[in-house]
Amino acid sequence: MTRYTQPTTFFTKDHEWVTVHNDLATVGITHYAENQLGDIVFVELPEVGVEFSTGDDMAVVESVKAASDVYAPISGKVVEVNPALADKPETVNESPRENGWFCVLEIKDGAEIASLMDEDAYKAFCEGL
Amino acid sequence: MRYLPLSPEDRAEMLATIGAGSVEDFFTDVPEAARLGSTIEGLPDHQGELAVERHMTKLAAKNRSASSGPFFVGAGAYKHHVPATVDMVIQRSEFLTTYTPYQPEIAQGTLQTLFEFQTQVAAMTAMDVANASMYDGSTACAEAAIMATRVTRRKKVILSGGLHPHYAAATKMVCEAQGFEVVQLPAAVDGENALADAVDDQTACVIGQSPNIFGTVTDLSKSADAAHEKGALLVSVFTEAVSLGLITPPGEMGADIAVGEGQSIGNGLNFGGPYVGLFACTQKLVRQMPGRLCGETVDADGNRGFVLTLSTREQHIRRDKATSNICTNSGLCALAFTAHMTLLGGKGLEQMALLNHEAACDLADALEAVPGVEILTPRFFNEFAFRTPMDAEAVLAMLDEAGVVGGVRASRLFPDGHMGDVILCAATECTTADDIAAYAAALKEII
Amino acid sequence: MTMNAQGRPTSPAQASNQSVDTVSGSKGLLQAEGLIFEVGTADTTGVDLPKPTNRTGRLGGVARSQLTGLPGLSEPQTVRHYMRLSQKNYAIDLGLFPLGSCTMKHNPRLNEKLARLPGFADIHPLQPQATVQGALELIDELATWLKTLTGMPAVAMSPKAGAHGEFCGMMAIRQALVARGEAETRKRVLVPASAHGTNPATAVQCGFIVDEIKANARGRVNMEELKAKLEKSDDIAGIMLTNPNTCGLFETDIKEIADLIHAAGGYFYCDGANFNAIVGRVRPGDLGVDAMHINLHKTFSTPHGGGGPGSGPTVLSDALAPYAPVPFVVKDEDGVFRLVEDMEGDASESFGRMVAFHGQMGMFVRALTYMLSHGADGLKQASEDAVLNANYIQARLKSVMTPAFEGYCMHEALFSDAFTADGIETIDIAKSLIDEGYHPMTMYFPLVVHGAMLIEPTESESKAELDRFCDSLESIARRAAQGNETMKGAPYLAPMRRLDETQAARKPVLKWTPPETSSVAAE
Repeated sequence: MTRYTQPTTFFTKDHEWVTVHNDLATVGITHYAENQLGDIVFVELPEVGVEFSTGDDMAVVESVKAASDVYAPISGKVVEVNPALADKPETVNESPRENGWFCVLEIKDGAEIASLMDEDAYKAFCEGL
Repeated sequence: MRYLPLSPEDRAEMLATIGAGSVEDFFTDVPEAARLGSTIEGLPDHQGELAVERHMTKLAAKNRSASSGPFFVGAGAYKHHVPATVDMVIQRSEFLTTYTPYQPEIAQGTLQTLFEFQTQVAAMTAMDVANASMYDGSTACAEAAIMATRVTRRKKVILSGGLHPHYAAATKMVCEAQGFEVVQLPAAVDGENALADAVDDQTACVIGQSPNIFGTVTDLSKSADAAHEKGALLVSVFTEAVSLGLITPPGEMGADIAVGEGQSIGNGLNFGGPYVGLFACTQKLVRQMPGRLCGETVDADGNRGFVLTLSTREQHIRRDKATSNICTNSGLCALAFTAHMTLLGGKGLEQMALLNHEAACDLADALEAVPGVEILTPRFFNEFAFRTPMDAEAVLAMLDEAGVVGGVRASRLFPDGHMGDVILCAATECTTADDIAAYAAALKEII
Repeated sequence: MTMNAQGRPTSPAQASNQSVDTVSGSKGLLQAEGLIFEVGTADTTGVDLPKPTNRTGRLGGVARSQLTGLPGLSEPQTVRHYMRLSQKNYAIDLGLFPLGSCTMKHNPRLNEKLARLPGFADIHPLQPQATVQGALELIDELATWLKTLTGMPAVAMSPKAGAHGEFCGMMAIRQALVARGEAETRKRVLVPASAHGTNPATAVQCGFIVDEIKANARGRVNMEELKAKLEKSDDIAGIMLTNPNTCGLFETDIKEIADLIHAAGGYFYCDGANFNAIVGRVRPGDLGVDAMHINLHKTFSTPHGGGGPGSGPTVLSDALAPYAPVPFVVKDEDGVFRLVEDMEGDASESFGRMVAFHGQMGMFVRALTYMLSHGADGLKQASEDAVLNANYIQARLKSVMTPAFEGYCMHEALFSDAFTADGIETIDIAKSLIDEGYHPMTMYFPLVVHGAMLIEPTESESKAELDRFCDSLESIARRAAQGNETMKGAPYLAPMRRLDETQAARKPVLKWTPPETSSVAAE
């Protein structure tokens, strides 16, 4: 099992990104996703301490016209959530990969990372949509 | 048929444009066995206005209206005076015959009145935010319980012994359908704060009422504190909205959700409906609220306007994950409410509330003077319970013969509550000194 | 001759075309009007009440510490406030309101008049039943009409609106499963993808699990998929199906669907939102329906009132009738009407009480008045005219717009946005209709059709009115096909331009706050 001592980003088919660094994984949604959703008006984040398995409903992101579930890309426990999103949900539109991160998970099983896509694979995946 | 503009010639011409032989062509998807040949049997054919009016007037004449004599029935619906202007407002075609304001550019009239309604309800209940109305008080109460389970992620709801039994029943039914536990505290005239002892760390919310079904007004702060200590919410209920002009409102008692019936303001008795449910909560809970919300924004030219907002909570977007299945609310009744409140203003509401309270005090004084009558309600706004030495149903029947509609027997609402000798009665600004004298005199005669 | 050159000019001067900014903010007949909190004062009241004596009462100290501080208006100000606001609303009394699935038909004024008779409007739900025999008789008479028109044996009158009626029907199903001892095992409810959002929301509220079924290419239930979903049948509670469905089409296989659901041990809930297309021509009871709510505010023309009140009586089959909610009206042998309010005797198997009191009486009066006025013949004719009008619109527009499905429709015509040029959306067509003086059609619903436009003219429109509407929509559709960019800014002629819903949702302002307070809070 690879240990990522440098931050490395992976992607899911549901358009979440996850940046893995040692035992922690920062999660957000991709530019493709926020662009499809349109103006984001609210993000419901999980509580710190809650544990998720891969694929669990982890957060909800709302635009004016739709509410979409965000799934946990890998299993883990929430150790931090992005406090900026409460007042400025538009951050997700403006900076999906940087300031618009959702939460940080403490990785439960590093082996799960192997099933995620890397940047090139995700790019190809999006082009196929 | 006066409501159908198409002439036989129009129909023939339209069928020709469509290329259909007859309207039968449009119904060929209906299974043959289910197609009706002629008109449905057993129902009359169309009638003119006069004939219909005659029939309906005959039915109406078989009912005794509340204004036709001394009238003292309350218990969740109240006889108040509604200014003539209110009915003029709600009969304006632009309000009466329009739809939910989904196209805000041509619905600012409805939207602005909803925004004003929300502001008024929030101020009256002393809560942060109110929604654009629910069906009525009882369904608002049930929705509040469900909302509390969602907020707290807990499954137990505790109902006070003074909660209107219809509200309790509606809430119990909705909660149990979703697998939540409902604890009903025993009926009690003055026991709202028993909620404080009943709450535990499994409880989603405690639901108390002031004034309660027996008319008792209670400061629910003690229940609020106890609930909050256990991580539960206080839902504060009222059935008489006029009381908010005088008594401690839900927000001052620490309520997290306030729900109630708004019929008293702007709306007639209507034999139980349509009414208007009021629903307010703290700012923190707003995204968990059921029902429609109207919010302020600007248009493309930068002018202030209003839209329905936060609709991702609602069924038409969230479907099976919606906060509620509610779709239609009670828009026109909310308009009647807000128009009446606009006429009253805060000052008028307080004055009206005082008049109600004084009428009820006069009534209590008069009835108390009748030997054998015991007033049970220790503190009240405009209604109270009293005990008679006889069966309440018999007393009310005899009062009826004397031309006095004296109230509701408690046993109608608490069929197994051993309250066969208790009568619930109310007085409002419509109650006159003569009405009260007639009631006391007739009661004295009977018992 | 005498020459008097005094007085006003009598023909218009050469006018320039520029728009006029006014100091008042009003635009001619369209009056600017602030919020009551901006125009009223806390000392004003528009009612003259007697002076209270302010004597010590019996509140026991449970008194409000802070007054509401709400402003009031005098009566003339109040009248103007609402009059001015009313002018900013579109209404069915003003013009065609083709909102699909909402049934915006004419609201007869006789209904309003009769609902205000003191014998209906001024009676209390808990006054002695001997004093409200006419009201109970009216409920019973309306119930008879509903049962006869649907061919169903029972009806629950208390549901407050359509979604509340759905709740009633699904609770009756749940209670029937409880009685069979299968409530814990039968949890799955089939719901088509095209269903109104209330259907899945209701099913979940009743503790069921929603299993979605897709539509076929003809806009009806995909029977292959339905059969596949019924292969495992021991967990099936029932199906919730709208008929005519939300695509404006009659479910061709409805009888087979009912039989399959019944064979699987489930019940058939029919969403009756579109009953207005078939009243007098088809009885749901003949189609195998177990429960169906009827929106009195759609089919039987009680006014929509800007979003309610509605009324949703729910008819029930013999299988579900015993579980109907309390209260209900029975007529005793001596001709006396009686309310059954407690869950005993006739109601011992009832699933309970849904609401305080007995239902939307004010709506019952209006609906019965409507039915008596139309009669059996008029109701049938109304359904036929509604269907004819919708097909006429479909026929007139099918060459410029894209009908979602082939063949005739029922009471509403459904189009997709396939005909529009890139960059032009359904919403641009809807907003352009506003400039033409019409309320837009239902947009983006049902979800199964891309950029859906659902047009329901109802029977209340004359041919001339329909032609005028079709001319407008045809012209808009042509512009949409050409990619006319000015449509993106529509409406231009309404009281307001497009509103910023994003801002409203990001920073919700849900009530008025005094400017002083907000500036303090901002600092």
